[in-house]
Formats: sequence, structure tokens, C-alpha cells
Amino acid sequence: MSTAVESKTREGGFSLKEWIFTTDHKRIGILYLIGSYAAFAVAGIMAMLMRTELSSIGPTITENPNTYNVWLYFHGAAMILGYQIPALTGFFANYYVPLMIGAKDVAFPRLNALSVWLFWMGIVLALLTFVVPDPPDIMWTGYPPYSVITQGNTALYTFTVLLIGFSSIAGGVNFLTTIIYMRAPGMTWGKLNMFIWCILTAFIIQIIFVPVLGTAVTMISFDKYLGTTFFNASMGGTAVLYENLFWFYSHPAVYVILLPAMGIIYEIVATFARNNIFNYRGILYGGIWGVVALGGIVWAHHLYVAGIPDWMSLIHVFLTLLISVPVGLLMIGIVGTLYKGAIEYRTPMLYAVGFVFLFLIGGLTGIPNAMSSIYIHITETYWIPGHFHYVMALSVTFAIIGGTYYIFPKMTGRMYHEGLGKLGFILLFVGANITFFLTMVLGVRGMPRRYYDYPQFPEFEGIQQLITYGSYVILAGSVVILASWVYGLVRGEKAVANPWGSRSLEWTHTPSPPPPGNFKEVPQLSEDWSPYGYGNGKREEEKGEDLEPARP
Amino acid sequence: MRTFFKTHAIIFLLALILPVSSHASTDKGVPDLVVEWDTLWHHMMIDITVIGMIFAIVTLYLMFKYRRRTPDEEGGRFRLSTLGVMGWTLIPAFIFLADDIFLAAKNFEVWQKYRNVPENAYVVEVEAYMWGWDVKYPEEEIVLTNEMVVPQDRPVMVRLKSRDVVHSFFAPELRVKWDAVPGMVTYLWFNTHKGGEYLFTCTEYCGLLHSGMYGKIRIVPPQEFTRWIEDHREKGGKI
Ligand code: HEM
Ligand SMILES: [Cu+2]
Ligand SMILES: [Cu+2]
Repeated sequence: MSTAVESKTREGGFSLKEWIFTTDHKRIGILYLIGSYAAFAVAGIMAMLMRTELSSIGPTITENPNTYNVWLYFHGAAMILGYQIPALTGFFANYYVPLMIGAKDVAFPRLNALSVWLFWMGIVLALLTFVVPDPPDIMWTGYPPYSVITQGNTALYTFTVLLIGFSSIAGGVNFLTTIIYMRAPGMTWGKLNMFIWCILTAFIIQIIFVPVLGTAVTMISFDKYLGTTFFNASMGGTAVLYENLFWFYSHPAVYVILLPAMGIIYEIVATFARNNIFNYRGILYGGIWGVVALGGIVWAHHLYVAGIPDWMSLIHVFLTLLISVPVGLLMIGIVGTLYKGAIEYRTPMLYAVGFVFLFLIGGLTGIPNAMSSIYIHITETYWIPGHFHYVMALSVTFAIIGGTYYIFPKMTGRMYHEGLGKLGFILLFVGANITFFLTMVLGVRGMPRRYYDYPQFPEFEGIQQLITYGSYVILAGSVVILASWVYGLVRGEKAVANPWGSRSLEWTHTPSPPPPGNFKEVPQLSEDWSPYGYGNGKREEEKGEDLEPARP
Repeated sequence: MRTFFKTHAIIFLLALILPVSSHASTDKGVPDLVVEWDTLWHHMMIDITVIGMIFAIVTLYLMFKYRRRTPDEEGGRFRLSTLGVMGWTLIPAFIFLADDIFLAAKNFEVWQKYRNVPENAYVVEVEAYMWGWDVKYPEEEIVLTNEMVVPQDRPVMVRLKSRDVVHSFFAPELRVKWDAVPGMVTYLWFNTHKGGEYLFTCTEYCGLLHSGMYGKIRIVPPQEFTRWIEDHREKGGKI
């Protein structure tokens, strides 16, 4: 082979410049994927360090509590702002939305590029935590007055939040427009994929509430650096104001995370059970829109003991409990979709059923948090990390990893390693339950969260140690999962257009991986088409194999 | 899955009919917050465990029953009628709603006890700071650090203040916690009918030594308490 040909193939294969300046939604999606998984990895390493530190009373791997506090700050902030929100509203939104609705790209491709740039700048800023002399030590919640009087670099926190916030508002504008105006002819509102509905509503929530968070975190930096006194009690300010503003965004934010995760699970379950969604309309209007309606009016369940009036607490107890109605409907929809299906247990499906069990635990253990009397004892204890790791760190991560497996063939044109995939699932599931179930147990027994050390609770050392071992099992699982993907990328067999036999557009109408522009011609959808149109005798998957391979 | 709702409805109704739990109280009609909390916790746990088990069992059953047997097999033949959609939306919604009202009502009962301080309560003032607690006896000019001594058999009200950032006063065995917020005076109360030593510790992140910010509550018999107070008066308060 001559060198000229070689350099040409290399150019056709990979060019950094092309990737950085790309406006193709699929490449932008992959940039989000890399960034968010990188944040997950670094924040995960922090988790392992914290768990190791906690495995014995007294200093274990660091003598300095501040080091632990910085790890914890980074872990929380990066997991939420750098990993989960960008993975869902960046990666999955970018990769799925245009393909699922039959569009060539998003409505504003350049705005999309701006989104991903802002996100990457946010990641870089977050990573500066490990470089600056006084790293932020204010936890991802940044409560004043501590965040105002600390030596730590609160500005880094403010600007990280602002960058990621701008990024996701730009994304929101873009995807709302795309979904409203760019659906393929024949794709009526009643025929949208569940994922599309979930991402649409998630972005609506995001656009409404992110500005409030932006305001709150800007106010703490104003207080710290410009001498304002919003939260300074001696000058008539109050910390409770910040806590209200912060949770006014950050509670809805959990639905920004949960809804797209549910959407992914719906897609996986429908595909692998080859079944239409159970009670589509009920889930849509009752479940998804129900969450949107309630999401913004329950924030005070984080503040029952923070010094808010009792009447406010009692109203929020009831409103928060009401969330069980839409969320229950969403769960019935997932389980119901198994009914009279034909379920195949490939790796993505394992993650989907894993999600159901983890979310059952996570969702139901949210009920005591809603009840103000019970909350008094369990708030700010390990119960809370136990509960929200079940919801976010486990359920949502299962949706993200499962969704990555699901889309892997489409995205890379190759199959991941099925055996390693299943092994990774088992390790992750077992390790996660050991770790976080015991975390909840310690919480009810009184172990406070955000503790570098616990000399006042000598009796907890044994369980703390078990939790640490559990987290090492999670680590092992993560390595196996990564291996199954790397193997797939390097040596995996070539993927056909529709390896799962799905009926959704991204599988039936475009090869793996899709070419620039996605579809050869605009998909024309017939009256009886549905992304979940199983059981009508039309085996669309053969059609997938006819699509010409995409590699140029 | 229909049986799911029947079963749940029955359990839920039973829970409504069954006598509301032991209204635990000590001799003088003062509620016992530990028992109140534990009972509420217990009821709530039964409630969520039942819901969770039903969901889990139905899921496992469907997962097994409808596994794919031949590569060509497809589902998708089952569709809900409009009535089915209404039913599967409104009935579960109603059941969850009923359970919510039930839990909110139980919560309200206990919350009232937490927030209404018994009349004869002994008042102690706690001021939190980075990283310790000053315990003050307003009538006695006594100030202790990281230690609280209170008389047995008389409920204790704690007025909470903070000198710098937000802290939170948590006594796990007594099932009480409340934030100490700069510029505010908050309160909590606890029951003292069992003497002994109890831990209290900080549960709102406050920086470097947050996890080292703890102390002891000593609940002592009334005579001993009086003697202790007198000792301190003689010494002139501060220790
Ligand atoms: C992969 C395994 C993980 C382990 C072993 C782990 C472990 C931990 C530990 C030990 C803490 C601190 C507990 C404390 O001192 O209070 C923590 C806090 C936290 N974790 Fe994780 N975590 C994991 C994954 C995740 C994921 C995927 C998320 C994504 C949302 C996440 C979000 C958080 C948050 C928000 C906090 C609270 C930070 C704070 O208190 O400010 N974690 N985690
Ligand atoms: Cu919340
Ligand atoms: Cu503290």
C-alpha cells in the first residue's frame, strides 16, 4: 500500500478538526458520550477513594479532612452536572432524537455545536478542581454561608454550573424546535417514541428551572467576591433563601434525569419484548405530564428541618407524596409492556429489568423522605445517599449503560461482546445492592452523611467496611463493561442495520452507523405505522439488512 | 396484574380499619417521640414493602412467562381498549392517591407531636459554631461545651442558634434533629424518661471538622440535676 493511499484513508477515518468543528448530531452525540463517561470515570475514582477512606475509623488514606471534602464535592458535582445530565440530554438526545423522528439533523446544528463546546468547557473547569490551590469544598449543593466564607474556590463551582446550564438551555431550545417541527411526514404526536416524549418534557423542565439555579449560584459568588449580602444574616440576608432557590431547581432536576432514563428503558423493553407500550396514553398524560406538573412544586421536602414555616412543610408533604401517582403509572407501563410480549434477554434488556428492581427500591424509599416526621431522623444521614444512589447512581446509570449497549451497534456498526456484557451486568447489580442497601441501613441507625470520619460511631466500622467491599465489586463490574465495549469496537462482528428486530425508525430506515444526513430519503410513514407496531405480521427487520452499508 | 390492585386495596383498607397504633406517651401525657417515630417508620415500611413485593413478584412472573421461545416470536397483539386505558390510569392513580392521603395523615399526627413542645419543658439553648456546640442554661448563666446535662422525666426544649454557618443538631437515639441557622432561632424538643448518655452530632455540612462536631447529652435523675446546677452556681457559672 502506498503512503498516499494510507494518509488518505487516515483522513477519511479520523480528523480531530472535523470532530471538534462538527455540526453532525451523531458526532456531537459521541462527543457528549465521551465527555460524560469521562466525568463518570473521574468522579467514580473519587467514590472509590472516599469509600476506601471510610473503611476504617481514623485516617485511612488521607490525614486531611479537606481532601475528603474536595473529593466529595467533585464526586457529587461531576456525577450530576458532568455525567448524568449531559449523558441523557446531550448524548442520548443527540443520538436518538433526529433518528427516531426521521430528521436529517437537529434544527440548529451550530447551536448544537455550541452546546457541546460549553459542556466540554464545563468539564475542563470542573477538572480544575484538582489544579487550583484552594479547591472548592462546598459540596454540590453549595449552601451559604459556608460557601461564602470558605477558603475554597466557590467561583469555580459557580462557573461550572453556569457553563453546563447555558449548554443545556441551548440544547433545550434546539431539541424542542427539532421535535416540534422536524418530525417525518406521518409521525403524529400520538405516534412518538416514548423516549421522544420523555426528552421533550425533560427539556421543558430544564428550560424553566435552570435559570433559577444559575441565579442562586451567581448570588453566592456575588456574596463572596463582590460583597453583596443576600445570604448574610448579620446584614439581613438568610441562608434559607438560597436553599429554596437551589432546590426549586434541583428537585425538578431529578426529573430531568429520571424522565429520559425512563424513556430509554421504554425503548429497550418494547424492542426486546417485541411489544407495544402498555397504556401509552395513560402513561403519557398521567405519568409523564403528571411528573412535569408536580415536579416544580415539591422542592420544600428538602427543607423540612431547615427553618421554613410548618404550613409550608405540610403542603409539601402531601404534594411530594402525590408524585407516587405519576411515577407509579410510569412503572406500571414498563412492567405492563412485558405482558404478552416475547422477551429476549440480551444485555440491554438485562439492564432494563435491573432498572425496574432498582427503581422499585429507590422510588419506594423516597416515600419516607416525603413524610416530614420520618424525615426528621433520616435526613442528612446515610439514608439519603442510600436512597438517591438507588434512584440516580443505580437506576439511571442502568438506563444509561443499558441504553449505550442498546445503541452500540447503531453507533459503531459493530456488536459489543455479549458474554462480557452479561458478566458486567451481574457484577454491577450485585455490587451496587451490597453497597447502597447497607448505606441505607447505616442511615437509619444514625450515620450522618458527608463525614470524613466517624469516631463517635465505633459500632459502624464493620458495615462501613462491607460497603467499601461492595463498591470494589462495582469497580470490577465497570471494568468488565468497558472491556465489552472496547472488544466490540476493535474486534466485534459487524452489526446489521437492525440487530434487535425493532420497529422504530432509527433501526428500520437507516444503516449502522447512519450516514451523514441519516436517511437516503425522508421516511414516509403510513397510516398504520408505529414505532411499536409489533404483531402485525410485517417483519421489518429483514428490510434493515437491505439498507446499504454506511462506510464510505 | 389485576390481582395486584385487589391485594393492595385490601391491605390498604385493613391498615385504615386497624386501630391507630399505640399512642405512646409517658406518664404525664407527654408523647414519647422515639416510640412515635419508630411506629410511624414501621407502618410506612410495611406499606412500601407490600407495594414493592407485589410489583417485584408480578415483574418476575411476567419476565418468566413471556420469555421468547422461538426467534420469530412476537408480542404486540394485546391492545388496551379506551375503557382499559381509563381503568389502568384512573384506578392505580386512585389507589396511590388513597395511600398518599393515608400516609400524609399519619405523618401529620406525629408531626404535631414533634412541633408542639410540652408545657413543662426544661429549656436549654444551644449555639453551634465551627466546630463545636455551646450549651447554655438561660436561667443559670452556665455554659458547657459539647456537653448537655438535663433532668430526667421532664421534656427538654432546645433552642438552636448558629454563630457562623448552617449546622444541624442530631441526636440519633432520641430521633430528633433540626437545623441551626444563622440569624434564626429554631427549636426541637425531646423526651427524657430514660436516663443515660446520648450522642448528639452535626448533620449539616460545615467544613473541615464537620464530622468531629459532636457531644454528649447526659440525662440524670432530677435530684442529681439540682445538685449539679447548685455546684455550678457556687463555682460562678462558667466551666
Ligand atoms: C459508582 C459507584 C458509586 C459509589 C461507590 C459512590 C459513593 C459515594 C459516597 C461514598 C458518597 C459520599 C457519602 C458521604 O460522605 O456523605 C457519595 C455521595 C454522592 N454521590 Fe456517589 N457513588 C457512586 C456513584 C454515583 C453516581 C453514579 C452518582 C450520580 C448521580 C452519584 C452521586 C452522588 C451524589 C450527588 C453524592 C452527594 C454528594 C454530596 O453529599 O454533596 N454517585 N457517593
Ligand atoms: Cu427533591
Ligand atoms: Cu457540621
